[in-house]
Amino acid sequence: MATQSQSQFFSQLKRYYSFYTGGFIAFVIIVAILEQMGVPNKILGYIFLAATVLLYAGIGFMSRTADVSEYYVAGRRVPALFNGMATGADWMSAASFIGMAGTLYLSGYDGLAFVLGWTGGYCLVALLLAPYLRKFGQFTIPDFLGARYGGNIPRSIGVFAAILCSFTYVIAQIYGVGLITSRFTGLEFSIGVFVGLGGILVCSFLGGMRAVTWTQVAQYIILIVAYMIPVVWLSVKHTGNPVPQVAYGYVLEKVTAREKVLNDPTTPEGAKEAEVRAIFKTRQEGAEAKLKALETGGAAYLAEEKGKLEKVAADLKAKPDADPAAVAAADKAVTDFPADAAAAKAAWTKAAAGAKAKTAPIAAHAEPFAGKDQAAIDKKRKNFLALVLCLMVGTAALPHILMRYYTTPSVKEARKSVFWSLFFIFLLYFTAPALAVLAKFDVYTLLVGSSFSELPSWVASWAAVDKTLMSVTDINKDGIVQLAEITIGGDLIVLATPEIAGLPYVITGLVAAGGLAAALSTADGLLLTIANALSHDVYYKMINPHAATTRRLAISKGLLLVVAVFAAYVTSLKPGDILFLVGAAFSLAASGFFPALALGVFWKRANKWGAIVGMSAGLGTCMYYMYMTYPFFGVNAPLWWDINPISAGIFGMPVGILGVIVGSMLTAAPSKEIQDMVDHVRYPSLENDIDTKAA
Amino acid sequence: MQLTEKHKEYWQKNLRMTGFLLAVWFIVTFVIAYFARDLQTVTFIGFPIPFYMAAQGSLAIYVAIIWYYAHYMNKLDQEYGVHEGDE
Repeated sequence: MATQSQSQFFSQLKRYYSFYTGGFIAFVIIVAILEQMGVPNKILGYIFLAATVLLYAGIGFMSRTADVSEYYVAGRRVPALFNGMATGADWMSAASFIGMAGTLYLSGYDGLAFVLGWTGGYCLVALLLAPYLRKFGQFTIPDFLGARYGGNIPRSIGVFAAILCSFTYVIAQIYGVGLITSRFTGLEFSIGVFVGLGGILVCSFLGGMRAVTWTQVAQYIILIVAYMIPVVWLSVKHTGNPVPQVAYGYVLEKVTAREKVLNDPTTPEGAKEAEVRAIFKTRQEGAEAKLKALETGGAAYLAEEKGKLEKVAADLKAKPDADPAAVAAADKAVTDFPADAAAAKAAWTKAAAGAKAKTAPIAAHAEPFAGKDQAAIDKKRKNFLALVLCLMVGTAALPHILMRYYTTPSVKEARKSVFWSLFFIFLLYFTAPALAVLAKFDVYTLLVGSSFSELPSWVASWAAVDKTLMSVTDINKDGIVQLAEITIGGDLIVLATPEIAGLPYVITGLVAAGGLAAALSTADGLLLTIANALSHDVYYKMINPHAATTRRLAISKGLLLVVAVFAAYVTSLKPGDILFLVGAAFSLAASGFFPALALGVFWKRANKWGAIVGMSAGLGTCMYYMYMTYPFFGVNAPLWWDINPISAGIFGMPVGILGVIVGSMLTAAPSKEIQDMVDHVRYPSLENDIDTKAA
Repeated sequence: MQLTEKHKEYWQKNLRMTGFLLAVWFIVTFVIAYFARDLQTVTFIGFPIPFYMAAQGSLAIYVAIIWYYAHYMNKLDQEYGVHEGDE
């Protein structure tokens, strides 16, 4: 390879990936033809998933390597454009691909915090970190902390923080892999997890960063094609304009007008909506009354209520002309009745909350921070801004992303590469809000007001698959669908778009393959980060600095396997709230890494003790706040300034920065060598420069 | 390793540009979001301005910020003779 110049390499890559893209499109066309010939959907789903996972495994196998630099940083010759695509795939997770448009559908403007946060963070990467880390040029982020601050303590805290945030994040990805494989092939969730894991492992196991990089480029191409096709189609359907990002402004106006009509009880449709909401209000009050009676009456009340239901059922059965359906319903009411006081409390609390959510008028999609009074508005605004900041700073501190900028050939290419990264991410992120609005328009105008006897086919098919994603119930028994009668789960929006747009099943398979690509590529990058932190930073740098190359790589690959299996095991237990896990990873990275990394470049005076104090205090504050306030841990302490636990980083960051400053000022300035190293990373090239590059 | 005046000037210019671009980043993100409710009545191709910015406008500006910084710094490297050789 030494004889090949960078520009030859670049044109060779362009040729490969053009062929690849052409081949992929041909593949989709072949599957479409198979569909027309009557091959069942389930088989098509299998073909899509098997073909893409095999493809990734194939690239991984071709990129296998036993060279340390190839394994850790893909030989440092990934051109800016391709590193941008790889970073895009690395970055866009299952949450971005499947969840984002749904979050926007459900929360309108307030959901845009994720869009802003997950793109704007790249400004910080470009301006504050990427070029300097590239000049430093080693293998991992803890490497930089170790060299800049000296000693094993900053490196160890770095390893701890890297593993903590990558592990919380990777669980969310493997969960996504399991969800997609199980939904589209009918495999069991936990089997789906391990099948997906096989695909991840073949790739990173054989070729490390090199294999992961070239697979991620391939995955990016699949995921962006899969995201765009249905949205463009939907846009043509509703606006006649194939550029959804431009066209949906007018659709948004129509959605806003429609919201007003549905919220106005003087219009016929608005009156129907109000009627359904009133029924939910009654249900909520009914459930609350039962809860209250349970509190005073206890088990006696419970027995009495159950007795009443049993009597109803018995009376019905006693009648000679009883309707069998009514009898079955009465029996079901008896068997479903909560067994004890605790179960009753849980069931009725849930029922009250579920009904209460349906009593509120429709929230305006484009209205920021809607609230009933100024205090509620201010609280929402504060949390929006805090979340955006945490996501942005977290983006600029997640090790699996920063690591990617070690792989470019030069500082100059690293700067360009951040541009390409954000450009490729931007393509998806500025489409998601368009998709949310287009889907909302479809639901508000075509589904609302349609008759229950002739529901659109996608509604019926998704309602049959999963009630949490889609359900419609005729609450006021008028045979017409009202908006308040529809329950939509966020993930539905992306998954059902091809059907909403009236596209053939092959596109649904394509979307599933795209979601899988998004989840697999992110999981790849994260697992590699964790395994590298353990093998390179802990084993090679701290335990056995004289280890031979083959031994280092063997250890790294072994650890990768262990971490992957452990992560899959934790995922198969289905822990808590996935969105919270993702958000937590960002807050942790923002508090733990960012202050020490950025100040390490921009403030020469920052020293070892500053880094130790800053990182542990930042991380500690963030973890403490999450532990105290996130309901999962059960402490439920009062919030500080009404900030939600997902934005815990808003406290961790300033504490971290202050910690670095105070810790550094109280102790001696760093040595001449370290100050020289700071100069070294600040200038792309200096005469008589020191060399920090790893082989 | 001794830094010359010219080197220090390069770093100062870099800091100034970084600071300026961070200010732009701050305004298009946080200032606009802070005043989102007050800007709600202004519209652009059918969008209320705050919604447009958070969904598209600010994102495009981020891309532009990063492109401009790469362009500016790669030129500055040449000007101050701290650019890398061809690898």
